Amino acid sequence: MGVLTPVEEVLRTAAPQVLGAVVRRYGDFDASEDAVQEALLAAARQWPSEGVPDNPRAWLIRVASRRRIELARNEEARRRREALPPDPVPDVRGDDELTLLLLCCHPALTPISQVALTLRAVGGLSTAEIARALLVPESTVGQRISRAKRKIREAGARFVLPSDTEMTALLPAVRQTLYLIFNEGSTASSGSSLHRVELSAEAIRLTRQLHARLPHDGEVSGLLALMLLTDARRPARTRPDGALVPLAEQDRTLWNRAEIDEGVRIVTAALRDTAVGPFQVQAAITAVHDEAERAEETDWPQILQLYRLLHSLAPGPMVTLNRIVALAEMDGPLVGLRALDEAAADPALADHHRVAAVRAHLLERAGDLARAREEYLWASRLTLSLPERRYLESRATRLR
Amino acid sequence: MKYLILIQSNERSLAAWDKMTDDEQMEFGRGHLQLSAEMGEAGVLVASEGLADPALARWVAVRDGERIVSDGPFAEVKEHLAGFYLIDVADEKDALAWAAKVPDAATIGVEVRPILDMSGWEF
Repeated sequence: MGVLTPVEEVLRTAAPQVLGAVVRRYGDFDASEDAVQEALLAAARQWPSEGVPDNPRAWLIRVASRRRIELARNEEARRRREALPPDPVPDVRGDDELTLLLLCCHPALTPISQVALTLRAVGGLSTAEIARALLVPESTVGQRISRAKRKIREAGARFVLPSDTEMTALLPAVRQTLYLIFNEGSTASSGSSLHRVELSAEAIRLTRQLHARLPHDGEVSGLLALMLLTDARRPARTRPDGALVPLAEQDRTLWNRAEIDEGVRIVTAALRDTAVGPFQVQAAITAVHDEAERAEETDWPQILQLYRLLHSLAPGPMVTLNRIVALAEMDGPLVGLRALDEAAADPALADHHRVAAVRAHLLERAGDLARAREEYLWASRLTLSLPERRYLESRATRLR
Repeated sequence: MKYLILIQSNERSLAAWDKMTDDEQMEFGRGHLQLSAEMGEAGVLVASEGLADPALARWVAVRDGERIVSDGPFAEVKEHLAGFYLIDVADEKDALAWAAKVPDAATIGVEVRPILDMSGWEF
């Protein structure tokens, strides 16, 4: 991904290990996390000019521990006058990243808080970096993090690796949070949104760590594969002005082959060795698209089958719409339009803004250009995405 | 997702304001301060401001590379934007819940508009 400087690379990898070591030594996640954040900021200031220390992790643990002791002193000085323990060298354990990830995605937190806390405590990003990436003020992110930590404290959650049963119950929230981070970043990569691209790289990095720790969790594998297979198209997905390029019109020579190969390998192994789940199926669908050298070579029958499977595992408006798109590719736009009318009778789908977009495409392919134009314009008014609106408007203009 | 909560000033809102006692007007202003603080504390506030009177508005245009500044053309307009809250929340449901807390929601009402983002669906 190549977006991190060497110092950032070291800091972000070390962050959860350092935090794990400090929390284990002092017991308090909240204050320890603040102390580690300050140590990371100090390192980000000093290392680029003074050089990275021989043992960066030990340096960070030492600085964070001192800071943690100072924080404790401020809090407790009046109550307890006894001497504080000498400089400790807390140990680093292999489970720390996973334990932290599970803590940051605690069910008591809202998804928005889970994202902010995960990026800081596990990802090692500063509050300022997270704020830039999420396009909100730093103080807003700071509040989200302190609220999240308070919620964790109130819920009585501790820095301990849960049992396997508990972990199975907690992992869906972790996968969802990582996917949310990925999607925050997996957007148009032009101009002001440049920083957001880093978030998809960060999500891939964290999911890769999780996959290395839990290689037999099929849905973690599916999630990683889905991210890689989606990220692979990023160079072809937008024009320089930020406008969307539809999948069928993307220059496929720009796709990242290495990411596609890795994603395909991971999802193939997961589908073979583990119980099937929605992330694996989504990854498989993305893989089928990515493996077609030209849009016309897309294996639509396989995609339709996979959407039917996905519908049985995790139904939703987008699954229904994509199934209809695949159906229309095979049996023609009129069959697709009939299926769309039937599906739109369901109130859950009737109000979905992409129904109009899909209808517009199918009408255009069926040759009903006047109605297609109307539907494109209607769809462009309903979307909340600027690139999508531009795209839909340009399709409408083309039919004038 | 970001949403803008817009507070308009118009004849109805001015009439509602005139009907209030001093204490009620003070409470109304305090309500706005409290809401800003509450949004900040909840980690949803991006920005909130009140706008100066349209009498102070200036109109800027560029013609042939020349900047032309004139008084706002909207001085006699009966309705104008008086203030806003820009919030970042999970979904529309949350945005509407915050909008209902704006003091003006209890007098004339407030408008809630989603902000376009840069996300995109691959067609």
